[in-house]
Amino acid sequence: MKRGNFDIDFINQIKSMIYKLVTDAAAAVADITDGSTLMLGGFGLCGIPENCIQAILEKGTTNLTCISNNAGVDDFGIGLLLQQKRVKKMISSYVGENEEFERQLLSGELEVELIPQGTLAFRCMAAGYGMPAIYTPAGVGTEVAAGKESRIFDGKEYLLETAFNADFAIVKAWKGDTDGNLIFKSTARNFNPLMAMAGKITIAEVEELVEPGMLDPDQIHTPGIYVHRIFEGKNYEKRIEKRTTSK
Amino acid sequence: MLDKEGIAKRIAKEVKNNTYVNLGIGIPTLVANYLHEGINVCFQSENGLLGVGPFPKEYAVDPDVINAGKQTITALPGASSFDSAMSFGMIHSKKIDLTILGAMEVSENGDIANWKIPGKMVKGMGGAMDLVASAKHIIVAMQHVNKAGESKLLTKCDLPLTGKNCVKRIVTELAVIDIAPEGGFVLIERAPGVSIEQIKNATAGKLLINGDIPEMAL
Repeated sequence: MKRGNFDIDFINQIKSMIYKLVTDAAAAVADITDGSTLMLGGFGLCGIPENCIQAILEKGTTNLTCISNNAGVDDFGIGLLLQQKRVKKMISSYVGENEEFERQLLSGELEVELIPQGTLAFRCMAAGYGMPAIYTPAGVGTEVAAGKESRIFDGKEYLLETAFNADFAIVKAWKGDTDGNLIFKSTARNFNPLMAMAGKITIAEVEELVEPGMLDPDQIHTPGIYVHRIFEGKNYEKRIEKRTTSK
Repeated sequence: MLDKEGIAKRIAKEVKNNTYVNLGIGIPTLVANYLHEGINVCFQSENGLLGVGPFPKEYAVDPDVINAGKQTITALPGASSFDSAMSFGMIHSKKIDLTILGAMEVSENGDIANWKIPGKMVKGMGGAMDLVASAKHIIVAMQHVNKAGESKLLTKCDLPLTGKNCVKRIVTELAVIDIAPEGGFVLIERAPGVSIEQIKNATAGKLLINGDIPEMAL
């Protein structure tokens, strides 16, 4: 018997050394406590960890700080957590699609740090690469620059932006194996691989979970070392925010 | 006077052959519909796709393939997808030749404001602050005046800035205007049927008129 390019006997001899498989979303998020800082992958509603968001909602965890490009819509994605006032602070780049978010922000109930999208990506990247900070020209001369160190390189000004420090990164992948290797699909990739590298504990939910050896090592986007827990999600809705078609 | 499609049509003339272009949400997205024949362009969407194609047929809609405006799209043959850091890496390393985006206000020294109205509207800057900080060429597509009838071309922006000294050209329903290196709105072209007087009245900042101003050819 073969699995991928390997004989099953060979695979049984080596086994996975590090056990990452959890049964479901509830088990994956069980130790996320009130007041935790979470990174949540996704762009809009594309590539968001639907199962984990639902599990956190059901678990009742509150007072969360969420780092995510967007805040979902009123009744889906992170919007579900906002609706129940579970989020203390959001760090995002664009929140235009969520009325409840805008209401909580303008009324001062919710603390919000809006940052440029590239800065969000680079602060995740810095954390994942073990770099304390990066320089970016985004936000120079704007209120984003307030209180930040800046420096001139080659005559152009850059802001010093520090790496994120999150307790958990929660990402969604297309395929993964039980060793934690992940492959993302198209624009559902977005922030997911960056956040996967950046979390102290990284939880990955995948549409299709396979045994080690079934994924081509050359096609892996996130090597398993970055992923601490993995499970196959279910009932993905994959809601479309703006369904646009051509005739 | 131009409608939104007209503004997009005029901006399409600015798109050069064999370039990488990032289109913002709104009027800029329409520019793709009016590219001239023989112009090869590769569109980048900052959520992680190079080689953005048209909207899909109904049967081909894929929730995992969207643009930065969250619209379902297609990936053309030769397209590539990547993570958000690589996406902004190609923006900041100046691989993108042209950025076209909307604005609430532009000042006569090329400052742009398009992400926040304090106390009223907070949507966020998305990728706009990155794009304007690093694009080689920036064209703003917008209405000349806001809904209250006030000019959006100002001496100085009142709203929180997205970027400083970055806009090169503005195309509105009334005119094509360049930002002069020493400051000021240089009138380049009038929209069909629009007088210089109309443009003057709709422009709060310093308008520079040198010689005859031609009418746009669309």
